[in-house]
Amino acid sequence: MALLAGRLCAVLGALALALPRTGAVDEQPGDAHGASQGFQIVTFKWHHVQDPYIIALWILVASLAKIVFHLSHKVTSVVPESALLIVLGLVLGGIVWAADHIASFTLTPTLFFFYLLPPIVLDAGYFMPNRLFFGNLGTILLYAVIGTVWNAATTGLSLYGVFCSGLMGDLKTGLLDFLLFGSLIAAVDPVAVLAVFEEVHVNEVLFIIVFGESLLNDAVTVVLYNVFESFVMIGGDKVTGVDCVKGIVSFFVVSLGGTLVGVVFAFLLSLVTRFTKHVRIIEPGFVFVISYLSYLTSEMLSLSAILAITFCGICCQKYVKANISEQSATTVRYTMKMLASGAETIIFMFLGISAVDPLIWTWNTAFVLLTLVFISVYRAIGVVLQTWILNRYRMVQLETIDQVVMSYGGLRGAVAYALVVLLDETKVKEKNLFVSTTLIVVFFTVIFQGLTIKPLVQWLKVKRSEEREPKLNEKLHGRAFDHILSAIEDISGQIGHNYLRDKWSNFDRKVLSKVLMRRSAQKSRDRILNVFHELNLKDAISYVTEGERRGSLAFIRSPSTDNMVNVDFSTPRPSTVEASVSYLLRENVSAVCLDMQSLEQRRRSIRDTEDMVTHHTLQQYLYKPRQEYKHLYSRHKLTPSEADKQDKEIFHRTMRKRLESFKSAKLGINQNKKAAKLYKRERAQKRRNSSIPNGKLLMESPAHNFTIKEKDLELSDTEEVPDYEAEETSGGIEFLANVTKDTASDSPAGIDNPVFFPDEDLYPSIIARVPPWLCPGETVVPSQRARVQIPQSPSNFRRLAPFRLSNKSVDSILLVDSPEERLHTLPESTHM
Amino acid sequence: MGSCSSHAAVIPDLDNIRRETGFSQASLLRLYHRFRALDRNNKGYLSHTDFQQIGALAVNPLGDRIVDSFFPDGNHQVDFSGFVRVLAHFRPVDEEDPGMRDPKQPEPLNSRMNKLRFAFQLYDLDRDGKISRHEMLQVLRLMVGVQVTEEQLESIADRTVQEADEDGDGAVSFLEFAKSLEKMNVEQKMSIRVLK
Repeated sequence: MALLAGRLCAVLGALALALPRTGAVDEQPGDAHGASQGFQIVTFKWHHVQDPYIIALWILVASLAKIVFHLSHKVTSVVPESALLIVLGLVLGGIVWAADHIASFTLTPTLFFFYLLPPIVLDAGYFMPNRLFFGNLGTILLYAVIGTVWNAATTGLSLYGVFCSGLMGDLKTGLLDFLLFGSLIAAVDPVAVLAVFEEVHVNEVLFIIVFGESLLNDAVTVVLYNVFESFVMIGGDKVTGVDCVKGIVSFFVVSLGGTLVGVVFAFLLSLVTRFTKHVRIIEPGFVFVISYLSYLTSEMLSLSAILAITFCGICCQKYVKANISEQSATTVRYTMKMLASGAETIIFMFLGISAVDPLIWTWNTAFVLLTLVFISVYRAIGVVLQTWILNRYRMVQLETIDQVVMSYGGLRGAVAYALVVLLDETKVKEKNLFVSTTLIVVFFTVIFQGLTIKPLVQWLKVKRSEEREPKLNEKLHGRAFDHILSAIEDISGQIGHNYLRDKWSNFDRKVLSKVLMRRSAQKSRDRILNVFHELNLKDAISYVTEGERRGSLAFIRSPSTDNMVNVDFSTPRPSTVEASVSYLLRENVSAVCLDMQSLEQRRRSIRDTEDMVTHHTLQQYLYKPRQEYKHLYSRHKLTPSEADKQDKEIFHRTMRKRLESFKSAKLGINQNKKAAKLYKRERAQKRRNSSIPNGKLLMESPAHNFTIKEKDLELSDTEEVPDYEAEETSGGIEFLANVTKDTASDSPAGIDNPVFFPDEDLYPSIIARVPPWLCPGETVVPSQRARVQIPQSPSNFRRLAPFRLSNKSVDSILLVDSPEERLHTLPESTHM
Repeated sequence: MGSCSSHAAVIPDLDNIRRETGFSQASLLRLYHRFRALDRNNKGYLSHTDFQQIGALAVNPLGDRIVDSFFPDGNHQVDFSGFVRVLAHFRPVDEEDPGMRDPKQPEPLNSRMNKLRFAFQLYDLDRDGKISRHEMLQVLRLMVGVQVTEEQLESIADRTVQEADEDGDGAVSFLEFAKSLEKMNVEQKMSIRVLK
């Protein structure tokens, strides 16, 4: 936090540099007082605090303005916030100018590039939907590189052509000046694009393409800008072919170098967060400071700073999120959003304020209008041409609507403005014209196109005419359709399997994660695995709770070994199954419990629940389809925890259901009817068994050694459970608390703890077939007794296997489902 | 992607499948690669296991039901043509005038009615042509968060059935199901544009 504070001070200091003194008048009262002699109890020292004070006031004004905008939902739903802020800036600038007659507050390049831009870009990188981004990387790069070069060249050349025809009158410019102008006006601006696109809900592919392009084209802009600027400095006639080649080479150096710097710093950052276990409180600071250093470093090396910090964010996100504690992650998330959102607000407001300065305004109707026309037209042409090429290779075609939105969404913003202000007036004679034109372009694109893009998108799509509240059926089935679609997309493999991605994830798993992640994080890194882990944990806990309740852990030993000896497994007999699976748990939760509850509740329920209530309930609690919450980046909103929760819930259900259906499929049990009966019978058995005085698990089984060799953590005894708790400091404890509560009221659910089932014999085969992300983290050592009751024939063993609800997760269960796989995957499991 | 290198000829029974599903050759090839990727051990068909390997399905409330719909009539395997046939329901509806279609031809798989029928059979587990209150409740239970009490769920299920039920038999037939959704743009909602 200290680091953060330090950085905040730096920002404020820089703002102060940008903001000259308006306090001149206000100083008088202080001075008047100061005339008196001797010690004063109270002094008024305005100029002592003047600069930071003014900055703070500006930030406050901007933030208050945001509040005001959002008071009216109608306004913000029509007008993008960025446009509102620019208008506000214009008004404020007008007021300041009217009072002072000096344009005292402007957006200076230093302020913009050093303090306002980095948080925005870091935020974009850190929350980048990686899979989507890399899935479309080719497209994004083409638009970012070729598209930007195309825009710059055509705009510059066309303007020069018109200039030669004499339409613009007499300007002191040459070809290079026009190309320079073209290069700075060509780039689509990440800040502006995001500000507008966030409010226009386009599909995620389109979103990531425009957004990615706006981020990555920075390298091109920087290079083009530098090249043409230096050409202008040298003078047009002295530019040689060598210089041009150098320019092209420098493009690769700048872009790849910037990316490399970002990756190196991301590596450093991940490595540092691996060791912050004991300094949790400053953990979030590292994220900001190190990424900021990557930005400054590449700026220092004159590489693309935006690329550096973007890739720093993109690369570190996975490891950092896994390493830092949950609270720190939340802090990072909120701080980042706050900084980015704040910076964006200030940028747009100051863009407006900067425009109120008569000194910079030089009007040339032809130049301004033609610039507007050219950038729009050439953008559209460029998009259409590139899309035409891309569509021959792309799986997801970019359709006409997408192309229109893409062309229309080419907003210019503060980057162009900051670059144009940087121009040297002695070399570029028409700097003021360029500045005013850039401002016009920015305002036009942000305000006009920003305003119209939303209606345009809605108009282009098939319009939904009905305004009425959808009926219950429509609401429910509509959501069901969304889920169906999402599932079909997953099945049809929309994104597809990618050789490179597989290679990368392999490398990541084998090398990077090992180096960059904490051990505990390595284990729980996979979300699904996580959920499964929790499921297991829950089972384990309820199991222990049950044990404590009975005062003995003996009941683990499943019912009587003696009746196991001659069991005929070829006929579906539930006896072993009941004893071994945690189906009790499942039944309890899903069928038995709820039904009982509902029966009772139905009796006393007020039947005439209002329609509205029903609608509301559905509205609020229907699960959202995956696509709606994943994959999307938003600068102002944070919702991932919701999504995680939903995923977990559904995952729990799915797993339970699969187990049930597996069981009924394999054993022919009609779940719903027999469940209660089985449950009772089993409980009876349990009670009988609990009298066996055997409270300790045997540790010297060969299986144990095996496990030790294989893994670094095992749940070999119930005593291990608290260890889990210690490991997962943040989430774990709450979870445990919840679970314990649940199960306490839940009667003896989860006696059959799947965790305590043997699975190591299947281990090699499972390893071979389990996809990498499911590879086992930890395993469980079974008790000797438990192993004894494993049936002796291979096929029986296979049949039992699914009931190990261990962290081999789904696949180990599923494995058993396909009979044809039995033969060749089966290890010599008979030796037991 | 990769459509130049590998040939569509590798797909067995290509022409029939194309005619039946209306997929373009490129799409079929892509789906075939997907099919092969899902098919562990190159069995030539997919089992439940193969589908359940798709991690995202585990967090889809209807995931398992959709997987089951690939296995009609209690089969345990689905070959490529069966696989594609299910996916064909989600092909976007062609722009051309539906009136131009040869009336002798069966309705294409991606027609509105077939899309609806596909959804309907996800609800209608016992295949009696009706969504009973119980079946509706089951689906609701899958799709609604744990915050909603069982009581609320039942009330929602009741209302949903009542709303659609026209002949008063306490269940929703396919026609009633289709009618209740007549205002909805099913053609658009149940189409994936990748599947051409």
